[in-house]
Amino acid sequence: MSEAVPREQPGTGAGAGAGARIRSGVMGVLGLPGVGPLLALLLAGAFFTSQSAQFLTGRNLSLVVQQVMVVGVEAIGQTLIILTAGIDLSNGNIMAFSSVILTSLAVTHGVPPVLAVAVGFLVSIGFGLLNGLLVTQIRLPPFIVTLGTLNIARALTLIYTTTTIANLPASLTALGSTFRVGKTAITYGSLLMIALYLIMWFVLSQTGWGRHVYSIGDNPEATRLAGISPKRLLTSVYALAGLFYGIAGLLLVARTGVGDPQAGLTDNLESITAVVLGGTSLFGGRGNIMGTLIGALIVGVFRNGLQLMGVPSIYQVLVTGILVILSVSVDQLSHRGQG
Amino acid sequence: MMSSAQQVGTPVLEARGLVKRFGHVTALNGTDFELLSGEILAVIGDNGAGKSSLIKVLSGALIPDEGQILLNGQPVQFHNPIAARRHGIETVYQDLAVSPELNIAENLFLGREIRRPGVLGSVFRMLDKRRMASDAVSYMEDLKIGIQSMNQKVRTLSGGQRQGVAVARSAAFASKVIIMDEPTAALGVKESGMVVELIRQVHARGLPIILISHNMPQVFELADRIHIQRLGRRVAVLRPGECSMEDAVAIMTGARKVDEVNFYRPCAG
Repeated sequence: MSEAVPREQPGTGAGAGAGARIRSGVMGVLGLPGVGPLLALLLAGAFFTSQSAQFLTGRNLSLVVQQVMVVGVEAIGQTLIILTAGIDLSNGNIMAFSSVILTSLAVTHGVPPVLAVAVGFLVSIGFGLLNGLLVTQIRLPPFIVTLGTLNIARALTLIYTTTTIANLPASLTALGSTFRVGKTAITYGSLLMIALYLIMWFVLSQTGWGRHVYSIGDNPEATRLAGISPKRLLTSVYALAGLFYGIAGLLLVARTGVGDPQAGLTDNLESITAVVLGGTSLFGGRGNIMGTLIGALIVGVFRNGLQLMGVPSIYQVLVTGILVILSVSVDQLSHRGQG
Repeated sequence: MMSSAQQVGTPVLEARGLVKRFGHVTALNGTDFELLSGEILAVIGDNGAGKSSLIKVLSGALIPDEGQILLNGQPVQFHNPIAARRHGIETVYQDLAVSPELNIAENLFLGREIRRPGVLGSVFRMLDKRRMASDAVSYMEDLKIGIQSMNQKVRTLSGGQRQGVAVARSAAFASKVIIMDEPTAALGVKESGMVVELIRQVHARGLPIILISHNMPQVFELADRIHIQRLGRRVAVLRPGECSMEDAVAIMTGARKVDEVNFYRPCAG
């Protein structure tokens, strides 16, 4: 490790003058997690505003948020896991399984919606817990564990049903209903997503558990030696991520009005895309949950904006790919600069 | 080199007849250990002498098969490093056990965070960052580690400063003993000098220190007494003023045998 090499000691030099302080202040703002992605989002917004009169309207922006809300909530769980230097490939399939269970319980078996939702959440938390226990108890790499549970959840979904479950009770789709701010209709689901991000921002930055999540992704050995149980911490992270996949499933049901066994197949990669665009390092320990929200919005804005410009949808995928590589490159270069 | 300011006398941490086997390998073969109040006790020994097993037993990282550990005369058992920490024994590791992405205050309080008073702390589990930062300033100032901001990420620090954070953490929370396991092994010459200075300052505050080091000049410079470990046992305890480095190496490698009579005075005869 390069840590062993003695370096000049920044911040302790007696001659750190005002100029250096201003420069470090500017660098500090640019280096703050989330600022780079935010600039990218604003630039993209400005570009599409110049290209399409429909882009910067309340109706359209509300639509963008609705479109990213499911992947956005899955990406909260994904961020937690990536901060611990893990990865989750199974989230979309867990979400689909959970949403199929909860809709079928409510529609086919006449279970009260609240109970059906609770069971759906328990299923997704259970899957998250399974991921966490396999990672911590059997010490399998998260990539392999979640590749396995991806297939298990997918298979269980299709064994359970291959048909789309429709005719949902209104209470299950309540999060898809809207309220008006001026002329703009906003769904409750969009608000819920933003609230979840704010809650997790608080948890990650202001609580001991949150700081431990960063620390374990950063230096697992130091975290263990500090008396924090890596097994308990990681298991709680995966289980909590499972809860977010359950909530994402409920949002999906609310948005589409059906329980769809074919849903969420590419959400794993889309959620990783949001996390990476948001500036969270895939090596763990570094990043910001609000960056993930911005990352999810960047993808949404590009899709929406290109669509408004009449660009064929396959080019939207192409642009997403380029954005991912660009943002990881920026992360890599900035990391190298700091040593 | 005795540190005259300290009263060196009563045993703080003792071990008797420690045995630790790994399959057919006997790492500790009935070793004794004794750390006195106010002293720096160096532990030296060849590879495979059981030095690192001894330290792991004393810091709770290994559970011995046989033998007894006494802290201030009372028998204690450490089932893990946290248990040892609860008894006031802190360890500084050679490999800079800090989290680079966390700031200095967060590293100092890692696993021992202070929460806000009232509902914010008890229900919302909110950290008292201001209090931790101000406490961190005083810990770092106590050791004269010149770092301007406790909100600085440890990633931005040099290797020596990082180890300074680890030393400050152990000094802040240790009430009985500090164990330093090769604290300068990962550092360059200049940075090592800085950490040696820190060890002196921690010592000046009165806590006894166990120093494990391969660096013989450093051991002779810092230690009040030197515990020599060989073939899973303690074979001699010497004072740097009375023996030369050559003597120590000779005993360590078995070139010179020390009998019971000369156990604490191996170079007198």
